[in-house]
Amino acid sequence: MEALIEKLKEQIIKQLNLEDITPADINEEDSLFGEGLGLDSIDALELIVLLEKEYGIRIENPKDGQKIFFSIKTMAEFIQEHQKK
Amino acid sequence: MMLAPTYIDGSGAVVPQPTVNQDKFLEEILEYNERFLQVVSPVYKDYIDVKLLRRMSKIVKMSIVSAQVAMQQAGVDQVDAIMTGTGMGCQIDTEKFLNAMIENGETLLTPTSFIQSTHNTMGGQIALMLGNKNHNLTYVHRTFSFESALLDAMMMIAEKEAQKVLVGGIDEITDESWLIKTQIDYYKKHACKNSAVYTDLQPGALSGEGSAFFVLSADRSEKTYAQLKGVSTLYKPRSNKELEDFIKRFLMTNELGLSDIDLVIMGNNGDPVFDRIYEDLATGLFKTIPTGRFKHLCGEYDTASSFALWIASGILRHQYVPSTISQHPFDRKTPKKILIYNHFRNINHSLILVTTPDAS
Amino acid sequence: MTEGVVVTGMGIVSCIGFNVDETLHSLMIGKTGIGKISILDSIHRDEFVLGEIKLTQKELMEKLGVDLNLPWTRTALLGVWAARQAYQSAGLSTNSGKRIGLVSASTVGGMDRSELYYKDFLTDAIRKNHIDTHHAGNSTEMIADDLNIHDYLTTISTACSSSLNSIMFGARLLRHNLLDAVIVGGTDALSRFTLNGFNTLMILDHEHCRPFDATRRGLNLGEGAGYLVLERTSDALAGKKQVIAQVAGYANANDAFHQTASSDNGEGPFLAMQRAVAKAGITAQDIDYINVHGTGTDNNDLTEGVAMKRLFGDQVPPFSSTKAFTGHTLGATGVIESIISILSMNNDKVFPNINFKEVIEEINLVPVSQLTDLHINHVLTNSFGFGGNDSSVVFSKVPSNISGL
Repeated sequence: MEALIEKLKEQIIKQLNLEDITPADINEEDSLFGEGLGLDSIDALELIVLLEKEYGIRIENPKDGQKIFFSIKTMAEFIQEHQKK
Repeated sequence: MMLAPTYIDGSGAVVPQPTVNQDKFLEEILEYNERFLQVVSPVYKDYIDVKLLRRMSKIVKMSIVSAQVAMQQAGVDQVDAIMTGTGMGCQIDTEKFLNAMIENGETLLTPTSFIQSTHNTMGGQIALMLGNKNHNLTYVHRTFSFESALLDAMMMIAEKEAQKVLVGGIDEITDESWLIKTQIDYYKKHACKNSAVYTDLQPGALSGEGSAFFVLSADRSEKTYAQLKGVSTLYKPRSNKELEDFIKRFLMTNELGLSDIDLVIMGNNGDPVFDRIYEDLATGLFKTIPTGRFKHLCGEYDTASSFALWIASGILRHQYVPSTISQHPFDRKTPKKILIYNHFRNINHSLILVTTPDAS
Repeated sequence: MTEGVVVTGMGIVSCIGFNVDETLHSLMIGKTGIGKISILDSIHRDEFVLGEIKLTQKELMEKLGVDLNLPWTRTALLGVWAARQAYQSAGLSTNSGKRIGLVSASTVGGMDRSELYYKDFLTDAIRKNHIDTHHAGNSTEMIADDLNIHDYLTTISTACSSSLNSIMFGARLLRHNLLDAVIVGGTDALSRFTLNGFNTLMILDHEHCRPFDATRRGLNLGEGAGYLVLERTSDALAGKKQVIAQVAGYANANDAFHQTASSDNGEGPFLAMQRAVAKAGITAQDIDYINVHGTGTDNNDLTEGVAMKRLFGDQVPPFSSTKAFTGHTLGATGVIESIISILSMNNDKVFPNINFKEVIEEINLVPVSQLTDLHINHVLTNSFGFGGNDSSVVFSKVPSNISGL
């Protein structure tokens, strides 16, 4: 889980081109949207593609993203759960 | 017909020359020996929130900086309309999405570059940063793009629908778009010294990029340093005479004759075939008028005439003609009326007339 | 004080008709043009439905009888087709001494060919002819050359609101007496670029779109072109021209909220509608029908509804989205829906918002879902786009004594 979280942080920084942010700056429990990292609806769509590209998980309804992408931790849990299949 | 008086209160440019935060006005210029010229990038973080910066490609960033510089100079923090012109729009993002789509066989595509590929991205981003909810338009007709934006701004001011309008012209160059257009001889294939571009024999123009924005105003104020008198375009003239008639008619509409013009800034771009049109005018219709050229500074791009307007209004502001643009020593005391003439491969011709604020 | 501007000609091509009469017929009988993909070559062929014009590039060129040696894009061909109709129906001619201009709109320009030939541009001598058809102004110049127009031309691109803005700019050119007649509108062909682009935004419905319905899942893309001929009222009357409609008011506003999403309070759409109505010199209560943007996306329909309620209070006029007929034709949508609005007004009919079943709870607005008789004097049409670009236009009926119809 730890390794996955670290990997996710790096992937998100790269995918979203988060300049001036390092993995250490991101707390895995902090919210990614709004107050936290300040991501928005376009980023959510980018993250959906990241899940598909890196982890082979497809999300059909963008509305599901709200829960899955709440924080790095929720994202990692979602990935673990769906990769087991 | 003449439109209402339209004044220039501020201008900002990001081009392949140092123009941002400069005390001097084009006294020294950068020498290049490149395949194409690229803008001197300002420190974008000084102008744009890092959070927003991460999605912006070069064309958006240079638009925002030049728009901010123009607005600061004009001393305004809001405008009644935002008009942009861009010939090719967001090439970097268009290429990114197009290449990914072709190479990944329409799979695993991300939205950011698609969203940023639309031509109105610059106008939209400027509105977003200013929180500006007013009239907002983007013109995208090759070398008519900036001219259309200017005309629309002037009409809105004449109709009293706007007091202050932000108008800009922007285009960006990429390796890929440059390479593609060398295939049809639009751009030079090999590096060329910008200082020697007008005598370079390779086919095509020296390609470039840039952004220039202006704050136009309905009223003259202490910020005003130039007056935009008119703008006009001509599509595919069927003869040289039609082109000359177009120029004469434009001046007549503005109640001027050729002898009233102090300086003509022309759009020669180093293309040996199409520069002939400028040369014929310089030795013909414009024979008695001092001429200047500017594309050795910025290269050729669809909205390069916006940089010509930046130069022309700068000349009126500084009251001198830099030797870096004039073709001959400028011996007239102080220029008052400047004509800009530009054309794209004898298809799209345009004229812009700019004068001191009080010139009649 | 300001000189009036009227519509004296119309031309339209979309998946519901190849001219004005066919378009009207499809709208009257409730026949959609959206269906399975058979022209666009995409891996998403079986996943989505589109409002395609069912003619291949070759069939289009033959039908129009254009010079086959010229590098035609599909966008340009559709544009030529609709612009010719508009030009002819207004009885324009290039040797009349009139100054005629063309203001066209497009979002992706010649992308339909660029995306096919892009990788050949550096190697294939024939494909190179299409390098310069990529830019958005290319289709405008192809149309201008086809109709021999020289006096003025330009191209506008503000995403999905593009062609309403060409109507606005054209009207201004007439009011300032810079032209005597101007052909305004837009053209956009379907491309894999836009299909995939909208797919990444996850706002494409796999089924037929359901604008203003609670179960809506997104939009269907379409393609087409539409043009109006505009002239000053005084000139049209002096020339005893047929006068189809008055361009009464227009406005363009920016939502300045987010690059793709529209604001919760619908500020941009609200301002565009409010200012267009004011410019027409009428009040909101005078609007008899609204042809809404109504794309069928979650965000658009909700915001547009909120904005309508802000402007009209609890007296929102009858409204419908006709995008379930034509699909969302992007740069052409504003003018295509302008023509539909004018047909609606001149026939005193509201064309139905097909596929509507369930009201959106948050706004509680019910679109007209059956063909309905309604006396219409003033019609409002909306187009909203990325970048926050929102536009609205008001068309008004021509008094019967001068319509010449």
